[in-house]
Amino acid sequence: MRNPQRTEKIAFFFLLLSTLLIVVPVGLVVVIIIQKGLPAINWQFLSDMPRQGMRAGGIFPAIIGTLYLVSGAIVFALPIGLLAAIYLSEYARDNLLTRIIKLAIINLAGVPSVVYGLFGLALFVVFFKFGVSILSGSLTLGIMILPIIITSSREALESVPQTFREVSLSLGASKWQTIRYIVLPNAIPGILTGTILGLGRAAGETAPILFTVAAFYLPRLPGSIFDQVMALPYHLYVISTQVPNVDEKTRYGTAFVLLALVLTMNLAAIVIRYRFRKKKKW
Amino acid sequence: MRKIKEFFIEKLILICGLASIFFVVLIFLFLLKEGLSVFITVSPFKFLFGKSWYPISEPAQLGILPLIMGSLLVTLGAAVISVPIGVGCAIYIAEVAPLKLKEILKASIELLVAIPSVVLGFIGMVTLVPLIKNVFHLPTGLTALSGSIMLAFMAMPTIVSIAEDALYSVPKNYKEGALALGATRWQMIWRVMLPAASSGIVAAIMLGIGRVIGETMAVMMITGNSAVLPKSILVPVRTLTATIAAEMGEAVVGSEHYFALFSIGIVLFIISFAINVTADLFLHKRQ
Repeated sequence: MRNPQRTEKIAFFFLLLSTLLIVVPVGLVVVIIIQKGLPAINWQFLSDMPRQGMRAGGIFPAIIGTLYLVSGAIVFALPIGLLAAIYLSEYARDNLLTRIIKLAIINLAGVPSVVYGLFGLALFVVFFKFGVSILSGSLTLGIMILPIIITSSREALESVPQTFREVSLSLGASKWQTIRYIVLPNAIPGILTGTILGLGRAAGETAPILFTVAAFYLPRLPGSIFDQVMALPYHLYVISTQVPNVDEKTRYGTAFVLLALVLTMNLAAIVIRYRFRKKKKW
Repeated sequence: MRKIKEFFIEKLILICGLASIFFVVLIFLFLLKEGLSVFITVSPFKFLFGKSWYPISEPAQLGILPLIMGSLLVTLGAAVISVPIGVGCAIYIAEVAPLKLKEILKASIELLVAIPSVVLGFIGMVTLVPLIKNVFHLPTGLTALSGSIMLAFMAMPTIVSIAEDALYSVPKNYKEGALALGATRWQMIWRVMLPAASSGIVAAIMLGIGRVIGETMAVMMITGNSAVLPKSILVPVRTLTATIAAEMGEAVVGSEHYFALFSIGIVLFIISFAINVTADLFLHKRQ
C-alpha cells in the first residue's frame, strides 16, 4: 500500500475487471441469441401463422402486432412529446412550474412498466371502455415513451445555437416562425434519434401490454384497432414459460427476431446521432 | 389572422408542456381509484404487514409482506452486485479508458439498456438458472439469487451512465490541481474525483435500484414465483411487480383481488416516486 504506483496498477486492474464483467456478458447474450436463433429463421417462420398451439409454424401475427402497437404509440407520443419539448426549450422560464414539469418527466420515466399496465387497464380498457385492444395498448405504450421523446427532443432543440434564433427574430420573424423554420429543421436529427429510441423501447416492453392488448394465442391478423393482437415480447414470454414442449429453436428464433428489431432501431439511432455530430457546422 | 393562429399554437404548446404533470397525476389518481377499495375489507396495516398472500382462497388473505420481502431480497442482491461493478465501470470509462475504447464501451452499455427485459429473462432461464441449480445443488434454479444476478445487469447501465456523467462534470481544475501536486491518477480519482462527484454517484445508485424494483418480466421468469416469506437467497421468491403481472390476467375486474393488485401498484408508484424525487435532489445538489 505504500507504493502509490503499484496501488494504482491494482486499482486500475479492478476497474478494468468490472468493465469486462458488464461488457462480456452483454456480448455473450447477443452472441448466444444470434448463434442459436439465426438457424431458426426462414421465410416460413417469419410469414406463417403459429400452428399446433404455438409449437410449430411461424410468428407472423406477433410481428405484425408489434408493428401496429409501435406505430400507434408513436402517433400518439411524438406530437405531444415534441410540443412539450418545444415548450421546455423555447418558452419555459426558470421557475417553479418548469421545475415541476421536469420532475414529472423524471417520474414518468421512473414509473415501473407494470404500473403503466395497471394504469392502461384502469383508464383505457375499463374507464374509456376501449376494451383489451390495439388502441388501449398503443396509448399505454405512448405515455410510457413520452419522457424519452421529450428529453431527447429537448436536448436537440437546445443544442441549436441561440444566435440562429436572434438572427431570425431580428429579421422580423415571429417567435413561432423562428421555431418552425429555423429551430426545428436544425434539430431534426436529434428528434429522430429520440423517436427511434422510443420506438425500440415500445417494441421490447411486455408488462404494459399484458392486460391492455396482448393475446395469448390468436392466429389471425387484427381487423380494427379494437382487436386484440399477439406481440413479439409477450409471445416470447408465453412460449418460454406458459406452453410446455415448445421447440428450443422456436424460442431462440423468436428471441432473435425481437432482439434484432430492437437493436436495429438502437443502432440506427446511434448512427444518426454520430453522423449529425460530425456534420454539425456550429 | 397569423396572430390568431400563433396564439392557438402557443396555447397548444403550453398544454403539451403540462402533459407530463397531467399524466403523472392521472396515473396516481387511477391507481388510487381502483386500489383504495381494498381497504374497505383489509386494514392498511394488515395489507402491508400480513404474512400470507392467498388472494383467491375464501376468505381471501391479502398480506403483501412476503411480496415486499421478495422484492427487497432480490433488490438487495442486485445492488450488492451492481453497485461496485457499475461504479467501477463508470470510473474506468470516465477516467482510464483511451478515447476510442471509451466510445465503444459507451455504445455497448447503450446496447445493454436496449435489450428487452423479456429477452434477458429468457436468456437467464436457459443459462443462469441451470447453472445456479447445479452449483448450489438446489431442487430448482429459479431463486432470488438468479433474479438478483439478472437484475444487476439492468441496474448497471443506469448506474454507469449517470455516475459517468457525474464524474465528467467535476471541474477540470480539480483534476489538474491534484495531478500538479504529484498525485498519481488513482490518488486523484480516489481522493478528489470521487468525493467531488459523490452526490451524483449516490443518485446513480438510487436510480439503478429504482430500475430493479420496478423490473417485471425478467424477474417473473426466473425467480420462481413463490409468495412465501423467503428464508434465504437460494429459495424461490415473488416480487411485487411479478405478482401484478402474473395475477392480473386472472383477477375479475372489480373483485377484491383486482383492487388488491392495484394497491400493490400504489405501493410501487410511491416507492418509485420517492426514489426519483430524492435522486433528483442529489443530482441538483451538485450544481
